[in-house]
Amino acid sequence: MSTRLTIPASVPGRFGPYGGRYVPETLMVPLYELERAYELTKTDPVFQAEFQSLLKNFAGRPTPLQFAARLTAKLGGPRIYLKREDLLHTGAHKINNAIGQGLLAVKMGKPRIIAETGAGQHGVASATVGAHLGLQCTVYMGTEDMARQALNVARMRMVGAEVIGVESGSKTLKDAINEAMRDWVTNVRGSHYLLGSVLGAHPYPTMVRDFQAVIGREARQQILAAEKRLPTHLYACVGGGSNSIGLFFEFLEDVDVKMVGIEAGGRGSGLGEHAARLAAHQGFTGARPGVLQGTYTYVLQNEDGQIATTHSISAGLDYPAIGPEHAWLADQHRAEYAAVDDQAALDAAKLLSRTEGIIPALESAHAIAGLIERLPQFKPSDLVILNLSGRGDKDMDTYKRLL
Amino acid sequence: MTSSFQNSTRISKRFAELRAAGGLGIVAYVTAGDPSLDATHKFVLALADAGADVIELGVPFSDPLADGPTIQRASERALKAGASLAGVLELVRRVRDTSQVPLVLFTYFNPILQMGLEKFAADAAQAGADGVLVTDLTPEESEDYRRIIHAQNLDTIFLAAPTSDDGRLLRISACSSGFLYLISRTGVTGAKDSLPDDLPGLLRRVRHFTELPIAVGFGISLPGHVSVLGGLADAAVVGSALVSEIEKASSVEAACAALRDRVKVLKEAGCRGLSRREATI
Repeated sequence: MSTRLTIPASVPGRFGPYGGRYVPETLMVPLYELERAYELTKTDPVFQAEFQSLLKNFAGRPTPLQFAARLTAKLGGPRIYLKREDLLHTGAHKINNAIGQGLLAVKMGKPRIIAETGAGQHGVASATVGAHLGLQCTVYMGTEDMARQALNVARMRMVGAEVIGVESGSKTLKDAINEAMRDWVTNVRGSHYLLGSVLGAHPYPTMVRDFQAVIGREARQQILAAEKRLPTHLYACVGGGSNSIGLFFEFLEDVDVKMVGIEAGGRGSGLGEHAARLAAHQGFTGARPGVLQGTYTYVLQNEDGQIATTHSISAGLDYPAIGPEHAWLADQHRAEYAAVDDQAALDAAKLLSRTEGIIPALESAHAIAGLIERLPQFKPSDLVILNLSGRGDKDMDTYKRLL
Repeated sequence: MTSSFQNSTRISKRFAELRAAGGLGIVAYVTAGDPSLDATHKFVLALADAGADVIELGVPFSDPLADGPTIQRASERALKAGASLAGVLELVRRVRDTSQVPLVLFTYFNPILQMGLEKFAADAAQAGADGVLVTDLTPEESEDYRRIIHAQNLDTIFLAAPTSDDGRLLRISACSSGFLYLISRTGVTGAKDSLPDDLPGLLRRVRHFTELPIAVGFGISLPGHVSVLGGLADAAVVGSALVSEIEKASSVEAACAALRDRVKVLKEAGCRGLSRREATI
């Protein structure tokens, strides 16, 4: 029986028992420095003005909240709005956080940023922000992901980043994070680790959430303007969980708004076949609370506490742990999590492409598939905001096989 | 500042003997189960026989983010060969049948968390382990862990790093027993050509905050490294250099011989370095 840690509720960086700071000693002082620097930026008008200006003029915020008329008609279920994060510069919500942390690196006097990437969207966002702010940038990416997201590798190199292939483990996001952390622990004095999701040690899960929370703030205002009421449901895909928490966070107090996170069900429910950490209710096996890469959360692992390999057609969801705040929201039944398989995501991508003329990223296609699978549960009066977290250009090699 | 937890394991006894004799100790790390737990059993006995003062048994983990390529590969080999935490504890028991060498379990947090901290501590103590070092656990997150490990009279060894500020060094010392493990450089484990220039200064700063024995590790592989530490540290930790001898060796017997040679040379260098330094003080 694994030990459930007892944690006082008041500890910063904790979401119930989840979260915390489980890292080698060398990183502790840098994490405290980062936390302090981040706290200061919250009330720093200069930082905030720069952040808002870059979000608007460089990234392209606010993003539209588009009524998906033909998708709504086709499905015959709830009214569906799409939060169009796919329209942002570099093609996904990842740029929101990359801008925030890039500015923070400048403020902390760190001339170099390190990033990991799965689908390549966070790598491209970091590399792009690095170029824009004059920071040197190194991106770690599993070699399997480099093969399936070749376009993004080229984009990172185009803006001057060094992309280092990671051969260890499953050669995907988890292994890229290990390698990025090894680089950080070695070059910690001059480098900032620009972690791309709500993962890792405190303050990352909180800080990345705060930088992404703009998604939900905009969406809330936009839906109130368009429909004069709050949505009944929020849908988003969940890898580490940054786009979903970015949408959910603003609605946490609105208890009538149901929040649904869709994980990658891969090609089966056995350990190694999927990346579903919070979908045991659907028969997905292997997830238990544990510590991976700095944080205590639900982790796919074997009986011995060795981290499992995962599978998803979508590189951005192919990760064995989930952001600690999601683990807490699931425990509290404040958000609901479910998984859809590779094929459902592919079908959903095709459907959205042909009904709305929008090619979604494979990650975001999982959210659409999750909504479709739950259509019988909706009432006609239901109103959904679905976060279209990224666009599908990077996935065209996979999609081509559908044509 | 002294440790809040006083223990009298084989570890503290060995360091007391080292201090009395004026020698620099050698802490030898091997990844348990690489290439098999039977082989590790032989390696531990060979290392102890050659003069290693403390043995660190690395518990293999799938995601060793504090380790460089050498120990990453060893962990992969060990896991492929079927090593598990339970298997490593069984190995400790077998070593104890014939040897009283101090044994430290060197692990990441998740494997012991999944076994259950209480069960892990009880089984480790019963098997005959002396201490535990958790790479990714710092004083902040270790309250449950320390209480449970100390209840079994095992030492808790914590890492100190070049980036640790004075306040942290105090806290790390207070949470540690047996010895304190000082990381020589910012980085991951792995043999390097030279030690950082500021290491003597770092050692003096750490010494100011602890009465515990200090073992210095990360990047130590050569007799020259060890002789530099004489008179400044209580022990040198050698890990990746030993693991790469195991990796290179053509047989378990050849690996045992190579490990013996390595430890003997380092042990001699430790003694020479200390006498040289004392002569100049």
